[in-house]
Amino acid sequence: MPLQSLDIIRRSATTTPSPEVRGSYSGTVAKLIDTTKCIGCKACQVACMEWNDLRDDVGINFGSYQNPADLSDRSWTLMRFSEYENPKGDLEWLIRKDGCMHCADPGCLKACPSPGAIVQYSNGIVDFQEENCIGCGYCVTGCPFNIPRISKRDKKAYKCTLCSDRVAVGMEPACIKACPTGALVFGTKEDMKEHAAERIEDLKSRGFDKAGLYDPPGVGGTHVMYVLHHADQPGLYAGLVAEPRISPLVRLWKGRAKPVSLAIMALTALAGFFHFVRVGRNEVDERDEAAARASMDANRKPEARA
Amino acid sequence: MTNHWVDIKNADIVLIMGGNAAEAHPCGFKWVTEAKAHNKARLIVVDPRFTRSASVADVYCPIRTGTDIVFLGGVMNHLLTEDKIQHEYVKNYTDMTFIVREDFAFADGIYSGYDADKHSYDKSSWDYEIGADGYVKVDPELKHPRCVYQLMRKHYARYTPEMVERVCGTPKEKFLQVAEMIGSTSTPNRAMTVMYALGWTQHSIGSQMIRAGAMMQLLLGNIGVAGGGMNALRGHSNIQGLTDLGLMSNLLPGYLTLPNEKEQDYDKYIAARAYKPLRPNQLSYWQNYNKFYVSLMKAWWGDAATPENRWGYDYLPKLDKGYDMLQTFELMSQGKINGYICQGFNPLASSPNKAKMNGALAKLKFLVIMDPLVTETSEFWRNFGEHNDVDPAKIATEVFRLPTTCFAEEDGALVNSGRWLQWHWKGAEPPGEARSDLQIMGELFTRLRALYKSDGGAYPDPIMKLYWPYVMPNSPSADELAKEYSGRALKDLTDPKNPSQVTRKAGEQLAGFAELRDDGSTLSGCWIYCGAWGPSGNLMARRDNSDPTGIGQTLNWAFAWPANRRVMYNRASCDPSGKPFNPARKLIAWNGTTWGGADVPDYKVDEDPSLGMGPFIMNADGVGRFFARGGMAEGPFPEHYEPFETPLATNPLSPGKAEALNNPAARVFKDDRAAFGKVADFPHVATTYRLTEHFHFWTLHSRLNAIMQPQQFVEIGEVLAKELGIAGGEQVKVSSNRGYLKAVAVVTKRLRTLTVDGKPVHTVGIPIHAGFTGLTKPGYLTNTLTPVVGDANSQTPEFKSFLVKVEKV
Repeated sequence: MPLQSLDIIRRSATTTPSPEVRGSYSGTVAKLIDTTKCIGCKACQVACMEWNDLRDDVGINFGSYQNPADLSDRSWTLMRFSEYENPKGDLEWLIRKDGCMHCADPGCLKACPSPGAIVQYSNGIVDFQEENCIGCGYCVTGCPFNIPRISKRDKKAYKCTLCSDRVAVGMEPACIKACPTGALVFGTKEDMKEHAAERIEDLKSRGFDKAGLYDPPGVGGTHVMYVLHHADQPGLYAGLVAEPRISPLVRLWKGRAKPVSLAIMALTALAGFFHFVRVGRNEVDERDEAAARASMDANRKPEARA
Repeated sequence: MTNHWVDIKNADIVLIMGGNAAEAHPCGFKWVTEAKAHNKARLIVVDPRFTRSASVADVYCPIRTGTDIVFLGGVMNHLLTEDKIQHEYVKNYTDMTFIVREDFAFADGIYSGYDADKHSYDKSSWDYEIGADGYVKVDPELKHPRCVYQLMRKHYARYTPEMVERVCGTPKEKFLQVAEMIGSTSTPNRAMTVMYALGWTQHSIGSQMIRAGAMMQLLLGNIGVAGGGMNALRGHSNIQGLTDLGLMSNLLPGYLTLPNEKEQDYDKYIAARAYKPLRPNQLSYWQNYNKFYVSLMKAWWGDAATPENRWGYDYLPKLDKGYDMLQTFELMSQGKINGYICQGFNPLASSPNKAKMNGALAKLKFLVIMDPLVTETSEFWRNFGEHNDVDPAKIATEVFRLPTTCFAEEDGALVNSGRWLQWHWKGAEPPGEARSDLQIMGELFTRLRALYKSDGGAYPDPIMKLYWPYVMPNSPSADELAKEYSGRALKDLTDPKNPSQVTRKAGEQLAGFAELRDDGSTLSGCWIYCGAWGPSGNLMARRDNSDPTGIGQTLNWAFAWPANRRVMYNRASCDPSGKPFNPARKLIAWNGTTWGGADVPDYKVDEDPSLGMGPFIMNADGVGRFFARGGMAEGPFPEHYEPFETPLATNPLSPGKAEALNNPAARVFKDDRAAFGKVADFPHVATTYRLTEHFHFWTLHSRLNAIMQPQQFVEIGEVLAKELGIAGGEQVKVSSNRGYLKAVAVVTKRLRTLTVDGKPVHTVGIPIHAGFTGLTKPGYLTNTLTPVVGDANSQTPEFKSFLVKVEKV
């Protein structure tokens, strides 16, 4: 469902041209997550569930403050807690709000084979249009940050929308509104970079020499950015990817391999046509049927055990 | 709070100790991040655990639970020996120059006047020396061996950095780093705020920990200034209002006190509280006690409070002893209480030693629960397996549940930590049969009164004559009660200097407590709230957040008690001549004729500073006291005593004195003493606390909170976990001498093993949010484990330090 107040500049698996008249003259948007101000209170998680009408399961404690245990179709954002003993021997409790990074060059969108299931708005938000989703899971493979989750209920992919519905009408995302410490801020990407620069200067005055902004170029930059105390070691923050890139498989498939595969598909179709003209239809006999049934049974068994 | 939430942004140093603001007060914590972002403030966290607050701190300093006085005493020793004190402030605004009586003594951890059998002190020697002029003797040179300065130096000389390391387990370098940072605020242009909460309150020496913090702030000149103060973070919505309105058993509204049973004489009761000045030209504002008291009695008994019946003095109960929570439940467990009303209170979950509480509730004939939700207390008689293993067939207590509205379903004022009375409006209709507390109490009262009328009673007057002027007697409104606690004139009030001029007409609301009279012509249900609903209307409902000075003094936002004053003791922010110590953060100043500025002056507005009136106008001497006189149960200077369940055999500060191991003035009931555990059986130190994701027990019923923190857990350090072979996520059993619980283990680096008195001490962290009702996984009440012993002054239970044993299940 396209939002009338926003232009969609990219759609998955679509070749018709995108509208270009309404440029994003006010700049693209960005969420800045300042891990150095975050206290891990999870107000963002709650606000996300409230605004989006989601309720994850009441789970269990698996030996961590992190709850729910992981991102899910109903948990689109999650605080991840990491304990780090720095070289000075002091402990640091690094808390990172995980969720969709809204890449400028989104691997999910590139990988998605279903027309219009993943879109990118002119303001930079990458959104899933679940009604078009076929549940193939290619977006999961395509995402360098391991964000999308396929729902067991409807077999569709879900993730943070950056509250595209709120942003479209001039409001900040729900998580931003709920954050009590100002660790989450929202605005144009340029403003957020400026704000981050001030924060980084402050952090350097507090002895964090390697403080910096996480806006990884490998995915064209992101519309969700982090201020990190240790920008040289993003992995400390619950395994934040140091240099994210779209999976080579997706790049290959959607890049150089695409014309080749299209040619192969065309040739296959052509071959089929000639086969039909020269030989006629393929008939299925009883032996083929039995073989097919046996192979289906073999596939079903592990599922039944699970 | 002496200051208020917004003011924290003015701090240069923020010390969070005895609290975990980021965890328990995440919204208020934003002002810490403001101070860091815009004031280059540095945040120090001193805590047994590396907390959420510590995660954004500049310095984290570990400490063994229950040893904060050693740490703070060490800081005071450092400030005194390194001369990091605000001299002008300390000399003029504190009792440093005062001379103490000759018979006052302190040796081996015990003060003069101790009665070991009674566990209490004769405090008569704990006082200043009074001269022939009736005033306290002073030595401006600070040389007299018995002046407070010298006594204090001597007292805290024992609190060396080495002693801090030995008792607290805090590495010496870390301690010194923190002490130096704290000392940097002794200059007039720098301020430190102290944010504390139940991490100080819930110890058997909790009040003295807080006092030690306040003394440190006085030494630094940080009380009464913007960005400074002693800031108690109140943990329940409106718990500040509860204490203000005198819901403690020994209090009347506005921190007036109930008479004790020896005080049958009204005049003596007043005289003992209307302190005469102890130094020349001091305001000693409690001299107005009678005005507050009479106005209160007019609010309660109206025309029935007359000069003839001493304003209804006989209607007030006279205390034979304190009836705090621990005393009440002791009496209940002895079968001496028949009925109990729990109004917004879940004692089975909230009071120590659940087994004792279960037994006590089972001895009641009836129990009334006023609460929006099912509580553990309302279900105390039901068997929930291991989580509440009782036999309902053996419990005869009749339980009545009266469902109440919650805060969002009613009008009223909530008082925040910064003493702001903020009015709120009903947001939704209550569900089902829920009624407001006002309606339930109103109906209960009118029915009781009808019963007294028809059947009579032993002493019906206090009930029959209670002033009950509400439009709907069965359901007084929040507006009516607010106007009553604020107060109004009952007769035309005239200017004492010009009796022909009427200053306030009969029936008009009063603008402030300065208008209160002791002749029965005014009514005010809580003098410190006087003016909250003034002649111009409900000031609590104001929402103008303009901040003309930029330092967060929004005087037109709501109403702050007293007198809409935002920073208490703000006179102390100026030097003796009336000039602000720090012009960049000016609160008030003397302009030659009056005091004024960004705050309501905490001083006589037209008092010329050259006349020497002190800034602490509630004290008879006008100064901030390092020497508490008889104000505290266990001594005039805070002294360290070990928790009642301690891993140590002796108190390292007074090793030779068995009586000085634990608080010598604590009240411990016989059975409760027998239930204390020993370190040989329970080798691990435990502390309890809140988590951000929950609020006590009631959010266990809320789905979103349950999703965020679904199951009971305990936190143990990596060293202990390794020793016991426990991995994160596994079940552990934690036992004390009073019971056990089983929970998931969170194994963490954030709880480190401390070296105390040469031995390793492991701390176990036990969050309080678990119960057998609600949507989370059922769990054990944390207070199954905790000991029954309170602070000797407030009787707040020692929930923060006790002994347990952790085992792998």
